[in-house]
Amino acid sequence: MKMKSDQAIKLLNDEGLRLDGRRLDELRPLKIEVGVLKNADGSAYIEHGKNKIIVAVYGPREVHPKHLTLPDRAIVRVRYHMAPFSVPERKSPAPSRREIELSKVIREALEPAILVEKFPRTAIDVFIEVLQADGGTRCASITAAAVALADAGIPMKDLVAAVAVGKINGKIALDLNHLEDQYGEGDMPVAMMPGLKTITLLQADGIFSKEEFKQALDLAISGIQVIYRKQREALKKKYEKMIRTVTGGGS
Amino acid sequence: MTPRRRKKIPVLLPGDKIPSIKGTLGPGVTRREDGKNVSVFVGQLLVQEKGKQRVIQVAPLKTAYIPMPGDIVVGKIIEVGVTSWSVDINSPYTAILPLSEVFSKPTEITRINLSKSLKVGDVIIAKVVAFDLTRDPVLTIKESKLGKVPRGTYLELTPLEAYVFYRRIGEEKFVETVKQKYGCELFVGKNFRIILIGESLEAERNAMHEIISTIRKYVKV
Amino acid sequence: MSKPEKIIPLIQKKSIEALLEKGERLDGRSPTAYRSVRITVNAIERAEGSAIAEIGNTMVIAGVKMSLGSPFPDTPDKGVLIVNAELIPIASPTFEPGPPGEEDVEISRVVDRGIRSSEMIDLSKLAIIPGKKVWVIYVDIYALNHDGNLFDACMLAATSALLTTQKPKTVVENNEVKLLEEKEPLPIKTRPVSVTFAKIGSYMVVDPSYKEELAMDARLTLSFSENGDIVAVQKGLPGYFSYDEIMQALEIGEKISRDIRKHLPPIPTSASND
Repeated sequence: MKMKSDQAIKLLNDEGLRLDGRRLDELRPLKIEVGVLKNADGSAYIEHGKNKIIVAVYGPREVHPKHLTLPDRAIVRVRYHMAPFSVPERKSPAPSRREIELSKVIREALEPAILVEKFPRTAIDVFIEVLQADGGTRCASITAAAVALADAGIPMKDLVAAVAVGKINGKIALDLNHLEDQYGEGDMPVAMMPGLKTITLLQADGIFSKEEFKQALDLAISGIQVIYRKQREALKKKYEKMIRTVTGGGS
Repeated sequence: MTPRRRKKIPVLLPGDKIPSIKGTLGPGVTRREDGKNVSVFVGQLLVQEKGKQRVIQVAPLKTAYIPMPGDIVVGKIIEVGVTSWSVDINSPYTAILPLSEVFSKPTEITRINLSKSLKVGDVIIAKVVAFDLTRDPVLTIKESKLGKVPRGTYLELTPLEAYVFYRRIGEEKFVETVKQKYGCELFVGKNFRIILIGESLEAERNAMHEIISTIRKYVKV
Repeated sequence: MSKPEKIIPLIQKKSIEALLEKGERLDGRSPTAYRSVRITVNAIERAEGSAIAEIGNTMVIAGVKMSLGSPFPDTPDKGVLIVNAELIPIASPTFEPGPPGEEDVEISRVVDRGIRSSEMIDLSKLAIIPGKKVWVIYVDIYALNHDGNLFDACMLAATSALLTTQKPKTVVENNEVKLLEEKEPLPIKTRPVSVTFAKIGSYMVVDPSYKEELAMDARLTLSFSENGDIVAVQKGLPGYFSYDEIMQALEIGEKISRDIRKHLPPIPTSASND
């Protein structure tokens, strides 16, 4: 949400660095852990800046009532939810309009990557719980959810990675934190299937000129490539560590 | 079976390009709209010669059990109907066991209380007789070696453990070891479930621990 | 039709009971053995307090948020404590999304009773301007992985989060409350611990795993304060306990609660606690 204030808050210092010391094109620190939950079919935990988000995937699984299913493909259901303690002022646990909208756009960002025709009459459930929020939670959620889906063995044609770009003190910046989102002039979350180079989430809030819009999108795409590498590293690390071949009879 | 050397197995991720080898694309691989052939799973590349055909596929390290006609499965009754039972076979698809696949003689449904033969919670060894993605899988227990399991130790593997059990070690190895060492019969379902029936509970549990610890040598959880 | 994951294979129920006859359990524990307990505090640094509690594979996170508000009309000189537990779908294939059900509410209220009856927090020290402005403490407990005994895991997470909560100090100027930069812990007097028992056939076991909960007929949760007093009791499910079984649970439970308490953070010391 954009805040209009009488005095514009200085989000960039005289050297052009942001309040947390980052350059305009710098990502916040990012850590992804795969398979952190035992019951879920797939799971991932992400720390992106001060965001802490856990995602569990259950599916493909049966749906009740049956009329919710589709005869030729799986349905994908996403529940994005913020824990009451995730924000400075305790938030009521009941789903807000924002959580309902985000659940929808996150689903629409992930679904293009999933081969849903492989599992007719089933549901693939993605449950996202934001444990601590600091701007860009829908993007971090998408990044973690794609990893959790892969961890669950859901067939996908590509992963999906996301990051938000925006405008602060007139300059285009990568990966806005909450303060920058609140007091900046524009915020644009972007998600992409990096291998296919297709955009599956695009939203904007604020004022961008045509040139600024293009600059922001290019910056987002470069940020997404870095995040994509981290997703792949996390998955490889987890799985290559787990499975070893034993020579001397057996394989 | 003592491990002499351990090496990492390269893992493909969804979206990773498949090396361009001549052959037909099998399960786990898809041709994307950008023309690239990619893996759809976190899995391992498998190139198999099937007769004159070479099939390139990616075996997922973790996957749900999808029934195939002919599969032997360990099922759990979850609902008793009027002319059939609903059976959980550890799959996204609940299976149906019709009355006709249980009793050989024609039976009058008004004279039967189905739960007298099979009730909720009962475990069966069954065979999948039919399944296509438009209908629920259908089971039978009429053939020999099928039927209700009266007693025994029940073991359900996780998808990753199942991958190691079926693909890397192979069920046959376990069946022999368990019989000789512990005097237990092993009924292995294709749906990641195993029943051990032995002389004593202790024998069954020792056999079960041996199976799990063997699998754990391959999978660091 | 019940969810398949809630129906125990009958031969497994038989195995559980046959093992109990020999004094053993599915995972090798003895009937009075508790799984390993692990508590991580300050997991959510922006919350006033937070903790992740693990009992075996069961995992629960609790967060404490504090704000200024009005007291309840019947206790104008006390702070307000609100405990809310949710069994979110992340934790188990058997949990559905939606508003809290009767299981969520039962756990919330049992954890609340253990904290409130033991007088863990001296709520009278949290009334800044009695009758007008008091501290309101929200404890939100979210299950992350359900492998049995959510009652005890939720209690551990909630109490650990409260024990490590840091809230701003306050001064009253011109009848207005001012929050200071300096932080202090909550005024805490005791550390309640709950111990849960399951009745399976004619046997009782401590700290049931998920599979044992599927086989159990009744559940008994006993909460103890630091000096061994019983501060909350809850019997659950349609089964029953004999008089002797309850007395046994009391003896064993009190002993076990002392061991578990060793995993909790210590009672914070501050000027207001003396």
